[in-house]
Amino acid sequence: MSVLFIVLPIALVLAAAAVWGFVWMVRSGQCDDLDTPASRVLIDDDA
Amino acid sequence: MAAIATTSTMPKPEATTRQPCEHCGLPSPVGESFCCNGCATAYEAIRACGLDQYYALKERLDDDRLPAESQSGTFAELDDATFLERHASPMPEGRMRVEVDVQGGHCAACLWLLERRPTVVDGLRSVELDLARRTASVVWNPGETKLSAVARAFARFGYPPHPVEPSAARDARRLEDRAYLIRIGVAAACAGNVMLLAFALYSGHFDAIAEPYRSAFRYLSAAIGLLALLWPGRVFINGAVASLRTRTWHLDTPIALALVAGTIAGMITVALDTGEIYFDSITMLIFLLLIGRWLQMRQQRRATDAIELLFSVTPRRVTLIEDGEPTEAAIDAVKAGDLVEVAPQQCVPVDGTIEEGSTHIDSAVLTGESRPIGAAEGDAVAAGALNLSSTIRIRVAATGRETRVGRLMADIERLSMSRTPVIGSADKLARPFVLGVIVLSALCFLIRLPAGLNAAFESTVAMLIVCCPCAVALATPLATSMAIGRLAARGTLIKGGDTFETLAKHPTVVLDKTGTITQGQFALRDWIGDESLKPIVAAMERGVQHPIARALADSSETRGEVESIEHHAGLGVTAIHGGISVAAGSKGLMTSRGIDVPEWAAKSAAHARSSGQTAILVAKADRVEAVAVLGDAPREDARASIAELRDVGWSPRVLSGDDPQTVSAIADAVGIDLAEGGALPEDKRDQIDRLNAQGPTVMVGDGVNDAAALASATVGVAVSGGAEASMTAADVYLGRPGLAPLVDLARTSRGTISRIRLCLGLAVSYNLTAATLTLLGLMSPIVAAIIMPASSLTVLAIALGAGKPAARSDTHLPPKEATP
Repeated sequence: MSVLFIVLPIALVLAAAAVWGFVWMVRSGQCDDLDTPASRVLIDDDA
Repeated sequence: MAAIATTSTMPKPEATTRQPCEHCGLPSPVGESFCCNGCATAYEAIRACGLDQYYALKERLDDDRLPAESQSGTFAELDDATFLERHASPMPEGRMRVEVDVQGGHCAACLWLLERRPTVVDGLRSVELDLARRTASVVWNPGETKLSAVARAFARFGYPPHPVEPSAARDARRLEDRAYLIRIGVAAACAGNVMLLAFALYSGHFDAIAEPYRSAFRYLSAAIGLLALLWPGRVFINGAVASLRTRTWHLDTPIALALVAGTIAGMITVALDTGEIYFDSITMLIFLLLIGRWLQMRQQRRATDAIELLFSVTPRRVTLIEDGEPTEAAIDAVKAGDLVEVAPQQCVPVDGTIEEGSTHIDSAVLTGESRPIGAAEGDAVAAGALNLSSTIRIRVAATGRETRVGRLMADIERLSMSRTPVIGSADKLARPFVLGVIVLSALCFLIRLPAGLNAAFESTVAMLIVCCPCAVALATPLATSMAIGRLAARGTLIKGGDTFETLAKHPTVVLDKTGTITQGQFALRDWIGDESLKPIVAAMERGVQHPIARALADSSETRGEVESIEHHAGLGVTAIHGGISVAAGSKGLMTSRGIDVPEWAAKSAAHARSSGQTAILVAKADRVEAVAVLGDAPREDARASIAELRDVGWSPRVLSGDDPQTVSAIADAVGIDLAEGGALPEDKRDQIDRLNAQGPTVMVGDGVNDAAALASATVGVAVSGGAEASMTAADVYLGRPGLAPLVDLARTSRGTISRIRLCLGLAVSYNLTAATLTLLGLMSPIVAAIIMPASSLTVLAIALGAGKPAARSDTHLPPKEATP
């Protein structure tokens, strides 16, 4: 048996984890506003 | 940060309310943020130095700086229990959260100012601004502060907040947005993984892949392909089913056919281990098509959001009469049959009939006519109208969405949701596309049948897949949303995507005069006679706050010493220059001082007056030596812009309410021969209706009196600084003054439409090439995997360029080269 048959499932699990992470991110509302955060990084935290 | 804050953050108050000066708190002119230029400069300087803490401290010490009588200034309605119940949602630790529209919040500095608020208002926990939707989510502690205090703090900085109507539709839209993003993400993951496997398989194609791996890869591809079809790809199947049910032609049909046939055939092929699989192409198709869908949806979303803001036209707080006693109530608490009181200068909050009192009403929002109309007991009044003269009591007939203005807004909302004709033109392609795919597939099956049933079946599936109109479906939404986004960045806001198609169709463009072609203010138009007096007059008029004086002062460099300047109210100015008396003013001034008016001067003055302009006589010693003709001057770029509009194929004409002679003089000056003056708002609308019969029309105007014409034109364009009603009625809003943005709009529309056409042409020819290859039996998964993304990427590359600023406006360039 080749190492491929071990690596392939691992790769799929990793991909599935990434997809799950993305779905969670969107569902928790982190992607609702795609424009403002780009500007928010310009704000300094002092004052 | 300070550097960003200096230029673009002058707060923009609502045009109709009187705001206290941002710097000193004194009342400032309507529509201005500052009482004077000095304060504006001081404000900017303080900000530029990063010393704004000054304002924050000032507010803390002096929280009731705002005059209480300003129309929406107190925001007391926001503390109403009914309002809070409807609009606010509770948060942990007793906090409350509410979403408000903040008009004027549009850049990083606005973001900074607003999100800083928690540091200056006690009890305000956090503010989060959404720049795209211009809304802010405010979290505050009701125990420490009131929402009205927070709102006042916002308003003081020039961002008057309006509560957002919490609508099921809005929530549904957010959920739909998320669902789309998830679909795109999943489709991308599927496409990426299948592509990895496909690469292994393709390389195996050339140097033989060992058997267990080949099978494993094929089974895996099939599994991921099925997942992509059943999860993100279901959108297209649903769309195809819906179009079959309604028996309409839709691009979803060939797409779904390709996806489903490809997947099923692929699974059979894998199970039987017979032929080629196309899962890489299929998953990639799903991914790219979803992106197109999402862009199209977002673009329509933006239009709806913009329209929702318009609901803030009607006031949120009303004076309810209960048992003869006036009480403050939120608009939500008012029912039909109630009695409400409306003070002068307030907006009528409901539809109803006047029960007590008589007044004058300005219904410009509804009718576009700004002349006050008398209304007495028993007369009907509509929400959104302005009560001008005295207090009235109204028996409520309808509130909110039930009112005339509410229905009007609903109409606008519905219209903006309707599919745009450009997307329609992609749909027009749907019918030949579906028929073509069916004919080609059948043809393919028959031609390949001699090679065996298996081969024929396989090429038919390949045909369905390569004919999938992916690039066709991508082209329009991509190009349109790119162009809308780029124009927005240049200050031009567009409500709908169909605008471009109309604008590219050589429309008749009807221009209003005042404020559109002209600057809307006095300027020196002509100087007849002794030029050497010009600088002397300029020196005499310096520092006088009268429009005519200012125009004269700005007309020339000042030269020489002028002494003993005397102002004669309503007549003019006299002074001594080099020992000789100089006078500038009306004929009355000259007569009263016994100055001789020669015939040529009297004639030119009369001529100026007859064309709607003002003549100022200038006398040296005891004789009039020059005549200054003042009027509303055309904008500097007007003539060139009009020529450019002609180049792009627009036929300009002028339609104005102003004096006909003045109008034709101005039209002549900018090179327009079709001009009509003295038009009432109704005339303008009728004229537009007449022109509509001959072809598409574009109405450009800024006033309330243009609103009806703007609404009935094919495309209404409101100009910077215009009245709120004109913006409501318009499809396009030009945020920069002058006609140059209009030229930009014309060029961009043309460019966008020609890009879309190019994309559609390319996409169809790609599909035809692929179909030919399949018919000839030359198609294989590798070829499909190259052709399909190649066509989509070409379309992408062309469409993404839409809306880029046109080449430097050079009128001598033929339009073809000037547009991208």
